[in-house]
Amino acid sequence: MTAAVFFGCAFIAFGPALALYIFTIATEPLRIIFLIIGAFFWLVSLLLSSLVWFLAGTITENKDGPVQKYLLMFGVLVSVFIQEVFRFGYYKILKKASEGLKNISADETALSMRLLAYVSGLGFGIMSGVFSFVNTLSDSLGPGTVGIHGDSPQFFLVSAFMTLVIIMLHLFWGIVFFDGCEKKKWYALLLVLLTHLLVSTLWRDLSIFPCRRERGAEKEGWIQEEEELINGVWP
Amino acid sequence: MLTFMASDSEEEVCDERTSLMSAESPTPRSCQEGRPGPEDGESAAPWRGQDGEEDHEEDPDHYVCSGVPGRPPGLEEELTLKYGAKHVIMLFVPVTLCMIVVVATIKSVRFYTEKNGQLIYTPFTEDTPSVGQRLLNSVLNTLIMISVIVVMTIFLVLLYKYRCYKFIHGWLIMSSLMLLFLFSYIYLGEVLKTYNVAMDYPTLFLTVWNFGAVGMVCIHWKGPLVLQQAYLIMISALMALVFIKYLPEWSAWVILGAISVYDLVAVLCPKGPLRMLVETAQERNEPIFPALIYSSAMVWTVGMAKLDPSSQGALQLPYDPEMGGVKLGLGDFIFYSVLVGKAAATGSGDWNTTLACFVAILIGLCLTLLLLAVFKKALPALPISITFGLVFYFSTDNLVRPFMDTLAFHQLYI
Repeated sequence: MTAAVFFGCAFIAFGPALALYIFTIATEPLRIIFLIIGAFFWLVSLLLSSLVWFLAGTITENKDGPVQKYLLMFGVLVSVFIQEVFRFGYYKILKKASEGLKNISADETALSMRLLAYVSGLGFGIMSGVFSFVNTLSDSLGPGTVGIHGDSPQFFLVSAFMTLVIIMLHLFWGIVFFDGCEKKKWYALLLVLLTHLLVSTLWRDLSIFPCRRERGAEKEGWIQEEEELINGVWP
Repeated sequence: MLTFMASDSEEEVCDERTSLMSAESPTPRSCQEGRPGPEDGESAAPWRGQDGEEDHEEDPDHYVCSGVPGRPPGLEEELTLKYGAKHVIMLFVPVTLCMIVVVATIKSVRFYTEKNGQLIYTPFTEDTPSVGQRLLNSVLNTLIMISVIVVMTIFLVLLYKYRCYKFIHGWLIMSSLMLLFLFSYIYLGEVLKTYNVAMDYPTLFLTVWNFGAVGMVCIHWKGPLVLQQAYLIMISALMALVFIKYLPEWSAWVILGAISVYDLVAVLCPKGPLRMLVETAQERNEPIFPALIYSSAMVWTVGMAKLDPSSQGALQLPYDPEMGGVKLGLGDFIFYSVLVGKAAATGSGDWNTTLACFVAILIGLCLTLLLLAVFKKALPALPISITFGLVFYFSTDNLVRPFMDTLAFHQLYI
């Protein structure tokens, strides 16, 4: 829970994406714009999937227990589907846009579909990674002891690596997805969807932390108690 | 308001700042930026390229200085797109910087999140027992604030119309004096308190004096463009911080919504004050006061005014137009930063909400610039961005935050 942990995890998670951004995207304004639009699409897909999860939770009246686990899994599945739908939607929009661009100018090197696939995948990935990890990162700057209740002390490190993995995966999924759409290889789309589902549904055993779940999911359980002790003197 | 040469700042409540916030439209001619106005030279006049006036007298297209006949339309439109993207990024960067400054301050300096009274423009308190009363109070606060802003704008437009330039200048100078000296002194004091750093009075005096004096020179007279832009960003951030501190919660959100509606009306309606200001400035061919507008002028050398006869048929002539760049009013900066700052201050310490609002505002700005390229006249920059920002704030805070927190807790990555 020191600055070393914060910076280390931050650079593990976001270093490669930052390097990719600086060296390939930051130089061209049009690529930056498409990156941000891609991030926006991912954000909207997340919004929709949170809405579905929230509605499902309200329907089942927020009972505690294994229902929450199933709800979360349902939410994850829905979210993956909606993300891929939005990826497809973004592909369609980019296709129209690049056709429009081609009609205007004869410049072939303007923006190829491959480049747009890369940019959109990176946009999705960066947004996904940031949303997953930034709260954990900011908690790592505060007081607490990781693993104080016998949980893994490598929580931050593992999360950082998983974030890195998910950013890179979104990037690759974007490329494979757009390539599949371009060449009408529908099995590529299926592959992307299946691998996305596989990665997103990997999770630790939830039953380790029954009492933590009651305190709400805002902070990682093993840090929360420590902070509650210390937070008495922190404003 | 956002134009190529015109931008619109939203009215601020504080009367010193109000003048700074009034929307101005500089001359609509895309390459006329360097022309010094009668009242005060545009700050970066000597640093701007020359007028490429011969290139585009008859071309009303502000995006592209396409005055040379015989250029193929495809090249023009491709250049339009390329330079359009460049303009978008030239506005993304300062808006992002302003938001970063505001969010960093909010998250670290406690002073700006403490409740220490309210402005006189929002007299109704929000510490009421019932939700309905609180809502009513915030709506009343909004009405008062918006009417103050409307009155100030109309006053400024009248002053401009009747050529009371000295008064306007005095007002602007008073406003920037207050911002550059008083508000930055307070800000510096709070930052030093937060980090528990001691500073003696002589050093403090020297620092604040230098900061303020250079700022006044850069903004109202001449100075390097980058420095002027930096100062405008800093004063927008300071103003946004004042609003974040003194506007009560619900009032802030209602005010943001109301001011986007006002912006829309004031810039687009034929009798709207801001539109009248734009048109008056256009008629007189004067630039609007630089103290109220952020200008992203790119300085390009005037490359060609005449075709090289020996290169007939060569369509790849080097094209160096004098692109005037886009201008955005400081009020837009301020209200974007207020939205993101409020999200950072009240989103229960959640960074996702702040980031979502940030992306939403940037997308709104992108769309507004796209519309600007299509319509080619002064447009309000607030409505789309603030709408997206508000939608994303409330939905992220209530829907996405619990979802993402649960996912992060279980180390699930979607």
